Amino acid sequence: MRNLFGRSLQTTIIFLIVGGILVLAFGGYLGGASRGLGSSLVGMQTWFATRFAAIQDFLAAPRDIATLRQRNAELEAEVSRLQGQVIDLQQKVDETEILAALVDFSRANPESTYKGAAVVGRDPSPFLHYIIINRGSNDGVLRGMPVVTNQGLIGRVDAVIADAARVQLVTDPASAINIRLQNADTDAVLIGSVTGDLSLDMISQDVTVEPGDVVLTSGLGGGYPPDLIIGQVLNVRKRDFELFQQATIQPAVDFTRLEIVLIITNFRPVEIEPLVPITPP
Amino acid sequence: MIRNLIAFPLLSLVVIVQSSIISQMALLAGYADLMLIILAAWALKADSSSAWLWAIIGGFMVSFVSGMPWFVDIAGYLFVVLIAQILRQRVWQAPLLAMFSVIFMGTLVMNLFALLILNLLGTPLPFGDSLGLIILPSMLLNLLFSIPVYAVVRDTAQWVSPTQEVE
Repeated sequence: MRNLFGRSLQTTIIFLIVGGILVLAFGGYLGGASRGLGSSLVGMQTWFATRFAAIQDFLAAPRDIATLRQRNAELEAEVSRLQGQVIDLQQKVDETEILAALVDFSRANPESTYKGAAVVGRDPSPFLHYIIINRGSNDGVLRGMPVVTNQGLIGRVDAVIADAARVQLVTDPASAINIRLQNADTDAVLIGSVTGDLSLDMISQDVTVEPGDVVLTSGLGGGYPPDLIIGQVLNVRKRDFELFQQATIQPAVDFTRLEIVLIITNFRPVEIEPLVPITPP
Repeated sequence: MIRNLIAFPLLSLVVIVQSSIISQMALLAGYADLMLIILAAWALKADSSSAWLWAIIGGFMVSFVSGMPWFVDIAGYLFVVLIAQILRQRVWQAPLLAMFSVIFMGTLVMNLFALLILNLLGTPLPFGDSLGLIILPSMLLNLLFSIPVYAVVRDTAQWVSPTQEVE
């Protein structure tokens, strides 16, 4: 009987304590204590989890490193392959842009027929400004045909073999082209130089030449068709004691970056040498 | 025999590399002459007869591609071989010094000869501009290229003709 009373008392006390705690908890009086307890437990949990993860990593590391190295090598190979593809595609984009510009140019100048050619080399001698293109007599290319890009005239075919041709650039020191200054409406001679700079000579002293004037082929002499753009006047040198004015020219074409060019195949240069009078000795 | 046969593929490759790559690596307006360097190195390492033959083959190949009159390249390369033949007897203890000497004199004489011929044929090339912008930069590049080219040609000469090796 006494034992039974003792158990009931214990049960009652436990219920009272639990009930009291619940009342205190619901009343919000245990918030601080529960937060402190919770943070301590979470801290302990974190400490154990971190140490366990570190030990697990240490034990599993050799296997993971081998896997990661293999994966790294695979990814590096993949990156190299993709970089190669990017370069390849970029090259194709550049080529397409050049070809699109050349197609636009040929559409804008329908009076001429064109044949595209790639620049495959330059003259081995630094004294001469020639390029080598991959079209020759098999493609109907003949000596003397003018060669242009969408930006303007670059030169004319100097020598031809079956599958290639050599083009003398307008910048070559031996090149001399009859030109017309569009704004001044006068003729002059365009000459190349050893440095690749272009200059005008034989400009009459009476003519007013301004920087920015457009330089076009005149067609005189029959070496080139008329009205092909060459460049613009950069500056003019006029001296009273000289017979003619000189001018330097900014070429329309960047001769250092020639990749694809157009050969005007329906133009034949006129041979005027038989018409030149021979002075008797 | 193999010494002469190897000239055709090797010198063809040299012309292609010269035309497509070296000609685009300009210093001012000058660039290296790979054929001249190869011929100079070969003339210093190989036997005399093959060097003369190589110079003629190389000269024809370059003049086929170049707008320069054909005899300029052939005469220039033969002169380079001549200098090399003379110097290899006298400076045999220091092959690189002989190489530099051949390149220096060969570049100078060959370019001056080309300049003279072009001026005689009516191409107006001022001497001062040509010297400062083409000949001297070309010479510097030739001297720079001569070191690796000499090593390659020496190994090639040793490979095709081990008994001819003279150090």
